Amino acid sequence: MTFHAYRRRVRLAAASVTALAVLPLASCSSGDDGESGDGRVRLDINGQPPGTDARELRIFNAEVARFEESHPDIDLVPHEGFMEPETFSTRVAGGDLEDVFYVYFTDPAQIIEQGYAADITDYLADVPYLDQVRPELNEVFQDAEGRQYGIPTANYSMGLLYNRELFERAGLDPDAPPTTWEEVRQAAAAVAELGGGVDGYGECATENTGGWHLTAEIYSTGGQVADRDGEDWRAAFDTQATRDLLDNLRAMRWEDDSMGSDQMRSCEDVMVQMGAGQLGMMIAAPDALPTLVRQYDGSYENLGLAPMPDGRGTLLGGEGYMINAGASEEQIEAALTWLQWRFVNPEETERRIRQRLEDDQPVGLPMPPTPDIWAEGRVRDDIAALNERYANVPVEHVSSFMDAAPSIPGRIEPPRAQEVYAVLDNVMQGVLTERNADVGALLDEAEEQVNHLYDAS
Amino acid sequence: MAASATRRRRRAENVTAYGFLCAALVVFAVFAWYPVLRNVTLSFQEVNFVRGSSWVGLDNFRKVLDDPLFATAWRNSALFTLYALVIGFGVPFATAVLLNEFRHARAYFRVLVYLPVMLPPVVVALMWRWFYQPEGGLINELLSAAHLPTSQWTNSASTSLISLVIVSTWANMGTATLIYLAALQTIPGELYESAELDGANLWRRLWHVTVPQTRFVILMLLLLQVIATMQVFTEPFVMTGGGPKDSTVTVMLLIYRYAFVTNDFGAASAMSLLLLLVLGVFSAAYLRLTRSRQI
Repeated sequence: MTFHAYRRRVRLAAASVTALAVLPLASCSSGDDGESGDGRVRLDINGQPPGTDARELRIFNAEVARFEESHPDIDLVPHEGFMEPETFSTRVAGGDLEDVFYVYFTDPAQIIEQGYAADITDYLADVPYLDQVRPELNEVFQDAEGRQYGIPTANYSMGLLYNRELFERAGLDPDAPPTTWEEVRQAAAAVAELGGGVDGYGECATENTGGWHLTAEIYSTGGQVADRDGEDWRAAFDTQATRDLLDNLRAMRWEDDSMGSDQMRSCEDVMVQMGAGQLGMMIAAPDALPTLVRQYDGSYENLGLAPMPDGRGTLLGGEGYMINAGASEEQIEAALTWLQWRFVNPEETERRIRQRLEDDQPVGLPMPPTPDIWAEGRVRDDIAALNERYANVPVEHVSSFMDAAPSIPGRIEPPRAQEVYAVLDNVMQGVLTERNADVGALLDEAEEQVNHLYDAS
Repeated sequence: MAASATRRRRRAENVTAYGFLCAALVVFAVFAWYPVLRNVTLSFQEVNFVRGSSWVGLDNFRKVLDDPLFATAWRNSALFTLYALVIGFGVPFATAVLLNEFRHARAYFRVLVYLPVMLPPVVVALMWRWFYQPEGGLINELLSAAHLPTSQWTNSASTSLISLVIVSTWANMGTATLIYLAALQTIPGELYESAELDGANLWRRLWHVTVPQTRFVILMLLLLQVIATMQVFTEPFVMTGGGPKDSTVTVMLLIYRYAFVTNDFGAASAMSLLLLLVLGVFSAAYLRLTRSRQI
């Protein structure tokens, strides 16, 4: 190579390096006019199960194909994943949020406030069966004026999950689970007596799950976490009932030693212990049952679900879908067609139940394909009859939960739920990690922080 | 004729140099300077990615200053830095001095000390979560076997922060140890021989020979350590989530919560700017130190 050729090459390299540095900047934008190019309405949807969950992915893809066959004017483009709060805002900022996106019940209030979801109120009149959905679930997706921004697709209320086998071994009746927090304490002490690393009762305490559970427990005593004070919200959890509840928990942890010693755990950690048959009781929603069986080696035979102790209220949780604020009218209509067909559709329920049975999936629990979203009436009765007819799990183990569900008032999460849960995590952690925790001081401090939160908003 | 040929060659060389410089400038501008400028802008805005952001003056700063966790987070970060300076300076320096004394298997021990640096930080944090379990955890099992008192480690507000400092020191001391070791090996042996002839014991040799000879490296590493430990995030995020009772909420963890839990990018940027200003003081000290050394 001559010197000049070498110099030319060096210059070329310099130009290439500059071009490579600039190139990614130029290729970041994309356009989306909501059309597929073949005249169909293109709809990017998330909620596709990951490739590692082959069975659920197959079921999902089959449903998408079936929908597209019966709705040839709509082109569904599925994307893997559900709600990831950590990346949500950046996806909005980058224009990567799907047209139809999954949310937990904790999310819609803030998403509506920030204007990231489309107002779909004017499109709902013609959506079949939506008026049969429990009104309090629709409220989760409404703003103060009652405008609606999403569709609820599943609902879970919390209950007391317990290990029937451990109950039997501890001399307790597995068909008569505890009905008060005092009975939970007694049962936990009896189960912990078994030894061998078995704990009587387990709590989540980190990643806002401690606050989430404490909220469910406060509701169970008939209390509230936040109350309306005119236009504003105020903390409402510093009551005698909450103090008694936390004193009971403190006694389980420190006097009875029925909760083990490692307390800085997420709910996943507690589920692992439950699945391994090393935990007597925990607070959970019905969807924890298949998770325990599928992921943590639990068994439907050993697990039972009872109503929340004290039973004066229960926390409603759940999931649904919202539509991107940037979606066109055609996309909103197509999205509602998809969501109704897929999730709010009693006409497809029996086919889906049969499909689940063929795939050896649980049927009979208040979760998809028979989610507990229906108001009292014909649809709810029909779904209950199908559940009874096709159930392939011991439904009697969860019957006390199911029977009590209509009579226990369901309460939705407090405003700014995740931030409130972060504050209440401290109360739970204080009681579980400090032998001489001052429950009153913990609640006072938490109340001050929550009120500050509401004042600031 | 010859002069113009030289000029042409020089210009061609300059073009090449500017080409390489442009690439570096573009990368720095996009990935370093623009984010900093954008952070400054965002800290004065209410950020909305759909409606567009609006200017709110100092509201975001008022918001973060009013947050009851503001003081807690700064106190925890400062305490973490202080503990990390005490433990994170003493342990690697002592280890380097010890390694320097070894005559055999020095390379083997150097690898051993550096090994934790090669582990991904999240793996380290998860591993230590198990080590710290009050029942069945490695540390308490070892302490029990030696008939020593056990601890609640990350399960208690009074020991959680120091527990994280231990993890951070264990994971990061390898680099500092090797730098101290390299500095120690530049100290002429004659200095120690003279000190020994003057009757200096081990402690006096350390204090009057080793420390003065490595003073620049020590000071440089201490400043870098302050800048790094004030930004501690992985350990509290993975191991404690900021608990128990906010005892491990750090400034970075609070910034993360503002941005990705409450989606308040304005508050997150305001807090980041405050952190930037504080760290700027230490960075200026570091630059001044290294510049004075160069001169």
